[in-house]
Amino acid sequence: MSEDMDRISDIIRERGAESVSEERSAISDSIREKIKDSLFYHERKKFQEGVLKTSFIESFKKLSPGCQLKNPVMFVVYACAILSACSLTVDFFNDRASFFSLQITAWLWITVLFSNFAEAVAEGRGKAQAESLKKNKTANIARKITDGREEKTAAENLKKGDTVVCEAGDIIPGDGEVIEGIASVDESAITGESAPVIRESGGDRSAVTGGTKVLSDRIIVRITAEPGDSFLDKMISLIEGAKRQKTPNEIALTIMLSGLTLVFLTAVATLYPYAIYSQIASKTAAGEGNLTLPVLCALLVCLIPTTIGGLLSAIGISGMDRLIKRNVMALSGRAVEAAGDIDVLLLDKTGTITFGNRMADNFMPAPGVSIEKLADAAQLSSLSDETPEGRSIVTLAKEKFGLRGRDVKKFQANFIDFTAQTKMSGVDYYDADKKADVKIRKGAAEAVREYVILNGGAFCAEIQAAVDSVSRKGSTPLVVCEGGAVLGVIELKDVVKGGIKERFAELRAMGIKTVMITGDNPVTAAAIALEAGVDDFIAGATPETKLKRIREEQQSGHQVAMIGDGTNDAPALAQADVGVAMNSGTQAAREAGNMVDLDSNPTKLIEIVEIGKQLLMTRGALTTFSIANDVAKYFAILPALFGYLYPLDATGRGALAALNVMGLASPQSAILSAIIFNAIVIVLLIPLALKGVRYRPAGAAEILRENLLVYGVGGIIAPFIGIKIIDAAICTLHLI
Amino acid sequence: MRTGAMIEILLYISLVVFLSRPLGRYMADVFTGEGKNALSRLLSPLENFIYSICGIDKNSPMEWKTYNACVLVFNFFGFLALFLIQIFQSYLPLNPQKFADLPWDLAFNTAVSFMTNTNWQSYSGEAVMSYFTQLLGLTVQNFLSAATGISVLLAFARGLAAKSENGLPGLGNFWADMTRSVLYVLLPFSLVCAIFFAGQGVVQNISPYVPASSIESGEIQLIPGGPAASQVAIKQIGSNGGGFFGTNGSHPFENPTPLTNFIQLLLILLFPAAIVHLYGFLTGARKHSNAVFAAMMIIFVLFLAASLFSELSFNPVVNASAPMEGKETRFGPELSVLWSVATTSASNGSVNCMHESLSPISGMLALLNIALGGVIFGGVGAGMYTMLLFVIMSVFIAGLMIGRTPEYLGKKIEAYEIKLVTLAILAPAVITLLFSATAVAYSAGSCSVSAPGPHGLSEILYAFVSAAGNNGSAFAGLKSNTVFYNVLLAVAMLIGRFCVITPVLAIAGSMAPKKITPVSAGTFPVDGLSFICLLCSVILIMGALTFFPVLTLGPVAEHFLMRSGVAF
Repeated sequence: MSEDMDRISDIIRERGAESVSEERSAISDSIREKIKDSLFYHERKKFQEGVLKTSFIESFKKLSPGCQLKNPVMFVVYACAILSACSLTVDFFNDRASFFSLQITAWLWITVLFSNFAEAVAEGRGKAQAESLKKNKTANIARKITDGREEKTAAENLKKGDTVVCEAGDIIPGDGEVIEGIASVDESAITGESAPVIRESGGDRSAVTGGTKVLSDRIIVRITAEPGDSFLDKMISLIEGAKRQKTPNEIALTIMLSGLTLVFLTAVATLYPYAIYSQIASKTAAGEGNLTLPVLCALLVCLIPTTIGGLLSAIGISGMDRLIKRNVMALSGRAVEAAGDIDVLLLDKTGTITFGNRMADNFMPAPGVSIEKLADAAQLSSLSDETPEGRSIVTLAKEKFGLRGRDVKKFQANFIDFTAQTKMSGVDYYDADKKADVKIRKGAAEAVREYVILNGGAFCAEIQAAVDSVSRKGSTPLVVCEGGAVLGVIELKDVVKGGIKERFAELRAMGIKTVMITGDNPVTAAAIALEAGVDDFIAGATPETKLKRIREEQQSGHQVAMIGDGTNDAPALAQADVGVAMNSGTQAAREAGNMVDLDSNPTKLIEIVEIGKQLLMTRGALTTFSIANDVAKYFAILPALFGYLYPLDATGRGALAALNVMGLASPQSAILSAIIFNAIVIVLLIPLALKGVRYRPAGAAEILRENLLVYGVGGIIAPFIGIKIIDAAICTLHLI
Repeated sequence: MRTGAMIEILLYISLVVFLSRPLGRYMADVFTGEGKNALSRLLSPLENFIYSICGIDKNSPMEWKTYNACVLVFNFFGFLALFLIQIFQSYLPLNPQKFADLPWDLAFNTAVSFMTNTNWQSYSGEAVMSYFTQLLGLTVQNFLSAATGISVLLAFARGLAAKSENGLPGLGNFWADMTRSVLYVLLPFSLVCAIFFAGQGVVQNISPYVPASSIESGEIQLIPGGPAASQVAIKQIGSNGGGFFGTNGSHPFENPTPLTNFIQLLLILLFPAAIVHLYGFLTGARKHSNAVFAAMMIIFVLFLAASLFSELSFNPVVNASAPMEGKETRFGPELSVLWSVATTSASNGSVNCMHESLSPISGMLALLNIALGGVIFGGVGAGMYTMLLFVIMSVFIAGLMIGRTPEYLGKKIEAYEIKLVTLAILAPAVITLLFSATAVAYSAGSCSVSAPGPHGLSEILYAFVSAAGNNGSAFAGLKSNTVFYNVLLAVAMLIGRFCVITPVLAIAGSMAPKKITPVSAGTFPVDGLSFICLLCSVILIMGALTFFPVLTLGPVAEHFLMRSGVAF
């Protein structure tokens, strides 16, 4: 890896930061291979293996009443388990305890443990990652600069506003902003991605995170976070779930589930007097196992929505966890949910929809000019042009015509930089062969036209046609001239990323409108918008127009997401309902957004939206499933409870035995099967709760129809089959 | 099934479908103050006169708390007036039969019953109530309780559809809503219907009862009279259902001809059905209100078909199909069942047969129909606002299922609304179960039962379901005129009415200022087939899950016993 580092350092020195990205992509593949063996991943995997063991222990620890009280549905199960254990103990001392009651009580406790286990597994996955993060928090020595002198101090003593110096091999002691220098930094500690990133003063890549490591060069950093409140600290507490608060929809659902629990509690509690009345009316005596406290508890636990109640917190935690896996830090659960509601998405064109830099794509020579001459002139004029466009011209000339860069010093050339006023750049030099001064200019068509006419030349119709056709395609034409003679046009193309159109189509199917933000002129913007398939675009965008657009959309009731990295994006990020800041961005941007994408990948938002939707859908699906299950449970338990009432014949078979449509063996086995099914379903659905229900982009009505069919109708049918199978197993094992 | 009955049922359903829309349109015009028609031109001077003498500013909208306070205070005074009239009726005029003052518990029960639009009757009108009490007490409350229901719905609709750009919107003015409901809707239609009924032979006089010697035994029998037609009209139009006579719509003086039977049946559902369209016109969500209407109609037809099937099936106990005990031979089993399904759907409560005499399953469906919350058309106004609670619940579940914070008519549904919806839907159910269990457990309750076995349980359960559901129909058989039942049933009626109205208005208040999210492909449509199916399932499953255990011990057990030829 050190070789790679050296190469990167060299590149930095040679060409400055901008060019690194191109070269880096080639290197990063080799680095990615090495990641698999890296400590970070190894640790993480080991922890995941340990999760099951830890969760098992945790599920017992969570039996404390304090933990249970947080979840009203599961608290009822907990109370039922305690009640039925008490009743069993009393019966035991009166010599009336039955194996049946013991089994019921045991399964009630198991139901509680299963739910605890689900939560513990979900938490465990996050804890594993938090542990590895904490390793980076070990005491660091910071090289603090006070009054121009360097002194060593412990990292935790750093205050906001302090400046520190970091050199190759140093761990950056706290969150901050680079105020001097440029360096490559290994951020794998927080991103898991060990390809180094460039951090430099000024611009949009100035933020550094505490705990990351400087690999090359030297930077001076101003600390921007108080101790204990750094990004790493926030991340750890988020992952550990210490500050996990219920999200709005989770609260609403909990209320509804509590209401349902209350109704079922009433239904079961009042069943006792009704049953006593019916016993007297039908002149029958209760059979064994009928209407004892454990049986009523079992009925209640079967009816209340334990499936969703038991998995509710696991779903919430795993939603966060899925985001973390995709290297997105949501600073609140609320933001994750809001992501599912997004219906307008503001995307920067650059880097998101297109590869970012406009690149020279084509040379179009003027009539009578050879393409080589055009390429040569273009290259010459771009040699000192360090903009990405300039470099791409050099690259294209090299690729197409094998024109190598020349030593600019030999020419005694005078390079003319681009300015906003002239809108041209170029080179003046003395051509030794021709013994003449050569003035090459390249720039916007209008500017070059004026220049050419000023120098006594003409801007011919063919050139104008070429310029227009390039503009119409959404590309940028650069006209090259030598003195008064136009040499031709260079097409600078904004290359749209492959597959982006399909992603936008997916978003449209989800009901999300995409708005492209670009500083381009409207014609260029429209062409790219068409090619990329976005719904709308803002051309000539400034930070103010972004903010204004977000406000307008929100005013008309839309939920807006925005991605940004620069300090000038910060207001818009803060205003948006979901603001995703790039980790590579500035500290201001990272603080303004409510999510940070550690990969700095702008299309990540699509995944964030999906996770937000999945989170809600998983809750909805399991709620429906849970309630639909009750139908079968009624048909198992009610005939078991009341089958003896109103006997129709000498065998004692009562009128309500006809409700035993599943043909369960005995009242006891029926009740036991129902409670076992109820408990097992929680465990079986843990993977679904952690992974989330499948989401595919489609219209609301279609998704609903599909989910109703799977979880609603499926939820009615599944327990009939499950309970019947368990009943058969109970009989085979002679548990009753 | 007889062909004639079949045709009448089909005609009935089509008339409800086709007449409800223009009626809803008319109401919308009246309540928005738009659209002029002959009636509004005629009555608007009267309306303005009422406003001026009462000092009402019809254009000053109220916040939900004010609106709610007005509802509560107004209803309290309505209750108080009715209570006082009853306990002092011997001192009041129009009492030719010299009926005594009513005992406090019966007066309390009846006053609560008529104020809450329940019209549960622990008495027989012709035996205890003076004409004064019937006319100025009960009939007046029939108008006012129905108008209260309509007003609350209007406030709810305004809250749900309010556009927040226009400043903080109010929910309308309660006094203006009440005045318009009575003046433009309830009064004119009742007047026309009362005259029609009187023409058909429904009694309308204030003369003393007429003695007549019976042909069978020669004994002197008192033939009761009274201002019945005026009360019968509003009892059907206003979903009240309280009969002038004890046997309600099966009494020949209240429902003398096949025509009056049909028209009364029509009135039972027509006004609640028109309110669904009214809601659509008020909120502009026409497709949505049509979908809600469809959901209601689907459940109605489902219940009707199952009830008819059960009623017309062979009954081994009496060795006959469609036994006629407890039913009017004039109407036959089909029209008795149609009425029983309509009256329990519409939260009306008038009857033309004794529900106790229905087959166990028909009786159970009548009971369940009320237990669903009175949302299958339901009471005027009350049915629709309760239905909207189920709509919000369905939309909430749908929102979770499609992965988007639920929204209704573009407004987000959040924890606060869900809390209130849950309270309003569940409170009546919980109260029903608790009070029925109390009645079953204590001899003060269980000794009133007339039939032993599962049927007795149904009698008790039906009484509390009917009270908490503000329906008012009785299973009969239960001796409910005891202090125990009068008080407990009254409390159930109060909870069933105001534990719904107050949350409804609170939801209206919290939804009103919310922003409206524009519709996109990700929005769950509240007008398609998926929505109708979901809504029906939520209603049926909520009702079924809550009441299934107790129903198995009552009507279901009775059904299986009957099938085995056992009777209790």
